[in-house]
Amino acid sequence: MKPAPFEYHAPETVPDVVGLLAEYGDEAKPLAGGQSLVPMLALRLTRFEHLVDLNRVPALSGVERRDDTLVVGAMTRQATIERGAQAQAVPLLGLAAPLIGHVQIRNRGTLGGSVAHADPAAEMPAVALALDAELEVASPAGTRMLASADFFVGNWTTVLGDDELLTALHFPVWSGRCGFAVDEVARRHGDFALTGVACGVELDANDTVSRVVIALFGMGSTPLRARAAEEALVGRRPDADTLDEIGRLAVADLDPPEDIHASARYRSVVGAHVVTRGLTRAVQEART
Amino acid sequence: MSTLPIAMTVNGEPRRGQVEARKTLADFLREDCVLTGTHLGCEHGVCGACTVIVDGAAVRSCLMFAVQADGADLTTVEGLAEPGQLSPVQEAFREEHGLQCGFCTPGFVVSVHAFLAQNPTPSRDEIRDALAGNLCRCTGYQGIIRAVERAAASMAG
Repeated sequence: MKPAPFEYHAPETVPDVVGLLAEYGDEAKPLAGGQSLVPMLALRLTRFEHLVDLNRVPALSGVERRDDTLVVGAMTRQATIERGAQAQAVPLLGLAAPLIGHVQIRNRGTLGGSVAHADPAAEMPAVALALDAELEVASPAGTRMLASADFFVGNWTTVLGDDELLTALHFPVWSGRCGFAVDEVARRHGDFALTGVACGVELDANDTVSRVVIALFGMGSTPLRARAAEEALVGRRPDADTLDEIGRLAVADLDPPEDIHASARYRSVVGAHVVTRGLTRAVQEART
Repeated sequence: MSTLPIAMTVNGEPRRGQVEARKTLADFLREDCVLTGTHLGCEHGVCGACTVIVDGAAVRSCLMFAVQADGADLTTVEGLAEPGQLSPVQEAFREEHGLQCGFCTPGFVVSVHAFLAQNPTPSRDEIRDALAGNLCRCTGYQGIIRAVERAAASMAG
């Protein structure tokens, strides 16, 4: 047995989960799909006295359309998002899901687990940030809504308190002439991205960009919105030269990480192309 | 160290155990059920050798704790065919040289069973994508891909 010993809890309701989290504080960790947490426990990169398993809490799973919002329970499996019809209302979810690990990982891995784990090179945190998803968080004190832009603090770190649980993500549903893309460069399919982008574009009747969102991953300690590049693209026709310029602008002020897999310079150069490629695909889709 | 009682169905048979919470499902299958066909390579979710089917979905049994499978319905490589028989997938792996040392093979075979159950007529690209979560250091994968194609064809009848 590789992980250090822990006490196992399998509550069936959200109040029971947050009650346990409050009781044990930083000695407790919620166990979602376990596809990141269990390896970290096995390698003893981390250890907790208590694991609170979320897999027996039915209220945390499911996809529901509420007017212009898609509400996705935090324990909804990535495979469910990939294959399910309901999640198609938010195309970025279905575009990002197949890029996460492998099918055996996505059969267990969850949307909320990925976002709360906050790996800076992961796809789903960037999707949440790109779409300004509202994050529903429960604690013994009640429920609060957090903006994605306020959620990510740093590598694997969020604003969630010890007694708080991410329970659902609320995604705005775009309408009109819009297109989306997730693009990334990874060493192998299923690996964490060296650099990647989740983006969405809306065109008006004149083929001018009326709305655009660009979120980068693998380019800093959190997913990052390229707001200057977004502002520069609104009101313009997205021809090839313009999208080249926007790609360069999106990475211009970044300080990407440097590691054995890629230098910071590599991430910047390739990241600019990935943004251009993603936007090009999103624009093509919006035009059709 | 305290232990917890668990009960599940493995290859159609009820199994009970008393396990430490930190015991992975893979270790429970191998040590408590003595179903050693499920192999452990990396034990942190990379290699896919420990793939089993839990409630219809292929998962890595090294990334689940046995207590999490309490009440679940599992299929391991031992449950894919009658004793002494080969399933169409196993038969195809033999015919197409889809294995050499055989260590990774149970994970591949289980993954392919789950894959073909969902997608009985896959394209070569879909096969490659489905196999991406299993590592093989001997074959170079070409024989495995052919084996999946042969298995799909033979199962289609």
